[in-house]
Amino acid sequence: MQIIENEKKYDVVIVGSGAGGGMATKILTDNGLTVALMEAGPFFDPADQDQQLHLKWPYESPRRGKGSTRAFGDFHASYGDWEVDGEPYEMKGDTKFNWWRSRMLGGRTNHWGRISLRFGPNDFKRKSIDGLGDNWPINYEDVKPYYDKVDKLIGITGTKENIYNEPDGFFLPPAKPRLHELYYKKGAEKAGVKVIPSRLSILTKRISNERGVCYYCGNCGRSCGVYADFSASSCLVFPAQRNAQGRLDLYVNSMVREVSVDKYGKANGVIYINKDDNSEYRINAKVVVLAASACESARILLNSKSSYHKNGLGNSSNMVGKYLHDSTGTNNMAFIPDLMNRKTYNEDGMGNMHLYTPWWLDNKKLDFPRGYHIEIGGGLGAPMYGFGFDFNSLNKFFGLQVGGYGDRVRDEVKKYYGSTIFFASRGESVPNENNYCEIDPEKKDKYGIPILRFNYKWSDYERKQAKHANETINQIVDNIGGHMLWQNKGPDHGLLTPGEIIHEVGTTRMGSNPKTSVVNEYEQLHDAKNVFVVDGGPFVSQADKNPTWTILALSWRTSEYIVDQLKKQNI
Amino acid sequence: MNRRESLKTLVIGSLASSLVLEGCLSKEKEIIYENVWKYKYGRTPEELERDLKLLNQVFFSKEELNTIRVLANLIVPPTNEGNIDQAEVPEFIEFIVKDTPSFQGVLRDGLKWLDKTSTENFGKDFVSCSEIEQKNILDKVAFATRKKNKEEAFFSTIRNLVITGYFSSEVGIKDLGYKGNQPNVWDGVPEDILKEHGFSYKKDWNYKFLDPLKRNDIAEWDENGNLIT
Repeated sequence: MQIIENEKKYDVVIVGSGAGGGMATKILTDNGLTVALMEAGPFFDPADQDQQLHLKWPYESPRRGKGSTRAFGDFHASYGDWEVDGEPYEMKGDTKFNWWRSRMLGGRTNHWGRISLRFGPNDFKRKSIDGLGDNWPINYEDVKPYYDKVDKLIGITGTKENIYNEPDGFFLPPAKPRLHELYYKKGAEKAGVKVIPSRLSILTKRISNERGVCYYCGNCGRSCGVYADFSASSCLVFPAQRNAQGRLDLYVNSMVREVSVDKYGKANGVIYINKDDNSEYRINAKVVVLAASACESARILLNSKSSYHKNGLGNSSNMVGKYLHDSTGTNNMAFIPDLMNRKTYNEDGMGNMHLYTPWWLDNKKLDFPRGYHIEIGGGLGAPMYGFGFDFNSLNKFFGLQVGGYGDRVRDEVKKYYGSTIFFASRGESVPNENNYCEIDPEKKDKYGIPILRFNYKWSDYERKQAKHANETINQIVDNIGGHMLWQNKGPDHGLLTPGEIIHEVGTTRMGSNPKTSVVNEYEQLHDAKNVFVVDGGPFVSQADKNPTWTILALSWRTSEYIVDQLKKQNI
Repeated sequence: MNRRESLKTLVIGSLASSLVLEGCLSKEKEIIYENVWKYKYGRTPEELERDLKLLNQVFFSKEELNTIRVLANLIVPPTNEGNIDQAEVPEFIEFIVKDTPSFQGVLRDGLKWLDKTSTENFGKDFVSCSEIEQKNILDKVAFATRKKNKEEAFFSTIRNLVITGYFSSEVGIKDLGYKGNQPNVWDGVPEDILKEHGFSYKKDWNYKFLDPLKRNDIAEWDENGNLIT
């Protein structure tokens, strides 16, 4: 197929418009560079009345919000989930892996939980602590200035806690806890489990006149129409467009297939398929920044084969795709009789929990090496599709009759409304070379691009951690007189399928040794000085935290490095 | 052409091709178009096309839909707070079986069973039975717990759909007492409720929570991260 050349030559082409790509776009254009931003999905603006999802009622969907085309329901702001039409992936052997793709401007940042946790000093040096995996080639002090800048630019709630591995930042005021959260705190503290106000990238206070302030609809997963939560589109790409004075070109519906190289093997741009006309185009740029998500960026590199890079670009070490790891997760749910027969009031609050539990124990005293944090859900939420299913099943805890119909339905639905708490443990897994994604030897997607194949297994490190989380939550529930709705049993203790937590990282890991890592400490390919990866790919280890804040901080750091290196004509 | 216009073209375009075949009139086109735009909830063009296709299909017969309506009224009887028709429960069920085809067999077979049983027991179809007769039939399938036979599974399915359909509707949401989905400033659980449950923000917390009056002042910090505005 003929590749159509774009005459324009950019300083930088950025692939992907989520957290990493959005931040690179902002910093690079702010520094005067000419940038092409490639996005595989359509344009998205949560303030556009035809795209907006916030403040919708369940009955504005003919299926009352059921997740028939979106895994987390009709109002969830993600175009694409673990399945994307025409873009399959394979699994090796009995592997189970779920690969999330959000094909839209801003990517996953439109729908994420806004839980914004800095990595702490220990999180960069896990090998020194437990001998497993590897240390990062950088430490907390290298990243701290960027975390600080991200806090101020984007906004984050929180409180000063002086916990060594949960560093404090520049926080906006926290929101008061909801009722079920107060019960959680009561039960947790009785069990010796720490509880602190949440650190969420939601504006409880104004940080600029370009963005609104939270109006507490509880639905950040819909992407905020007044830009009071962090989405890369509304908080990074749009401001970059406003400031760039024509130096930023946005290419939407543009699916990047590979990084192209010149006759000397040096990267000189990207080749992409325009979804609107199904033709192949090339963008010329001095520098290529990949931010397509950990696995998609690995896929692009592995598909960038040339006589100079027979193994794929940046893959002389054979490390691209390896050390893939997602956060661990278990889900638990409990019924709290004290929360029955509630007086109702508007309890929407922020778009996630107002309290959470950071990792509070020392792994040296436990039989598993890495920690987890606990997120909670509950309260007087909006009734969506699924609300009222098995409407009085909780009767079983009182030996009362289950089932029936008629007047009792209203009474019993109201009796139990808001009486359950959901618990999500999210933890750190130990990175493992044998967990990886690679190019499937045969299959291609509908754009003709070779697809990924996954190989992934949890180990006992993760299973024991899940068991501990289940036991902790059981104890907390017990402390407040609650009843677990199920018990996570079996060999995996309810450990969720890898990929389900949507924190997959590690596929282009960072290191100072080019034989065992893909990028250096500036997320620059060891094999190609003008190619960078600024998504979750460079993570050496994931920490018991959500990756977004670290992706943002590292992307900022890398972007400054790119500006500097271009000035010095090193790349 | 803006996005709304382009979606409009897409809707009308795909409608035109299907309706011309069926020999429909432009007035009907207009009605279906309005029906689609009753649901404005941020669809992608692909999703809109899917909705359009489903809204254009008919699954239940008038008789079946009437049985569903009668059944739904038995499951959630009308009160001053709201009723099944106000909650558009039959319309919701008609849509959801096209959206999720795995419901189709269960519901259609179940509706057949209702009429068969009522004919055997009372010599008439389900909707013609008295309320007492109807309840007599439902009582046989309404209390199953774990392992359900086919009829019990049918009743459990339709009951789930009716209850979810009622409470996710405009009247149902009011009936339930859900008070959110509107701009407000969260300032904690109301004091009286907090007290009833034995909690106190003042007593149990050392934090400075968000101040509703200062939320619009632009945040500034000292170098140690202390908020000063």
